[in-house]
Amino acid sequence: MVSGNIQNANSTFLRESTVMKIHYITGLGALFVVAVHVMMRLVVPFSTSLEYENVINNYRILWYALLLEIILVLISIHGFNGLRIMLIELRQNAMWEKFVTIFTLAAMLAVIGYGTRTIIIANGL
Amino acid sequence: MVYESCKGYGSETWIPLNKKTAGNDHQTVHDEGKQNVLLRVLRGDMFKKTKRSFSTFSVPVRRWTTVLDALIYAKEHSDSSIAIRFSCRMASCGSCGMIINGIPRLACYTKISELGYDTVTCEPLPNFPVIRDLVTDFQQFFNHHRHMEPYIENQYPVPREEALSEFKQTPRDIDNYLQFSYCIKCGLCYSACPTVATDTKFPGPQALSQAYRYSADNRDDAEKKRLDIVDNRHGIWRCHFAGSCSAVCPKGVDPALGIQLLRSHLMSISKTPKTLADLRKIDDDKD
Repeated sequence: MVSGNIQNANSTFLRESTVMKIHYITGLGALFVVAVHVMMRLVVPFSTSLEYENVINNYRILWYALLLEIILVLISIHGFNGLRIMLIELRQNAMWEKFVTIFTLAAMLAVIGYGTRTIIIANGL
Repeated sequence: MVYESCKGYGSETWIPLNKKTAGNDHQTVHDEGKQNVLLRVLRGDMFKKTKRSFSTFSVPVRRWTTVLDALIYAKEHSDSSIAIRFSCRMASCGSCGMIINGIPRLACYTKISELGYDTVTCEPLPNFPVIRDLVTDFQQFFNHHRHMEPYIENQYPVPREEALSEFKQTPRDIDNYLQFSYCIKCGLCYSACPTVATDTKFPGPQALSQAYRYSADNRDDAEKKRLDIVDNRHGIWRCHFAGSCSAVCPKGVDPALGIQLLRSHLMSISKTPKTLADLRKIDDDKD
């Protein structure tokens, strides 16, 4: 019976509409910052832009490191929420949904944490 | 009696063919405006748990013969055990939905001559549990529909009977929801929805468009309640806007549009002015 399966919207930490607003905003934000990031690669020849010295120098520019951090956060939130949505659609039971939510949230925080660490180390702060 | 062997999904069934058309059953036969088509029906019984297989019947058709007419002919002349559900025969009741040549359609609303094939294949609607042959179980579908509270709600009582005369809707007010009120609950959109195929908790296009239909009605003031109902993990946000619901609707309803409009209400991008519901509320406050 579906009536027994109807989920109480208030039982979750965030309302789904709030989560989706975050999803759309991070998606649009990521589109913008990644476009800036790609365009910055075109300032110098593409092959040169990926050389070790060049990459490290980029990290040392504070505003560019900040841009990379923003990209990392936006992409992580958007990507892992997308993964959560796909996994939730696969199976429908409360335990699975709880596991998927916790797993994607933990994975998202781990990726952001590790990425931030890399940016901080490369920046030399 | 002439029999024909027909194979479908690895099984074989023998069915009697009309003598007049035997030997010509795959060919179009012109006989006083009649022609014969091959009607393939996917058979199966969920209670007996038999393997599903196609039965094939040769059916004489005319220009105006519908798939439902052909099924009834086969039931009357060849095999009375074919299970089909139908009622009005005029696309009003929404009972005879099935997959016809791969597309969800109403059997009573689909003319064989318009299909353009000599073979007509009928299968039960996907995304619904099959009871027997072409009859599917609509319980889950109707539960989703019922859960949307598909009726006008107004928590404020009418203060004066004469005030009711003021609750007239303008044509513009009606345009907000009119097309969605044409829904006959045939389940074709539900069967065509790719999200419903994987997520049984997803209400489906029919229920969501009906949630919009009543939310967009300016006599109703339960929009917030309905938005709460659809705003969950398996709710309105799981629609991927494939649009197949709108493509298969036999009544010209656009459920995909209803879902997008309801989403915009949920995102607070747009809303329907509740003039009549508000009028009733204000009137109540005065009293």
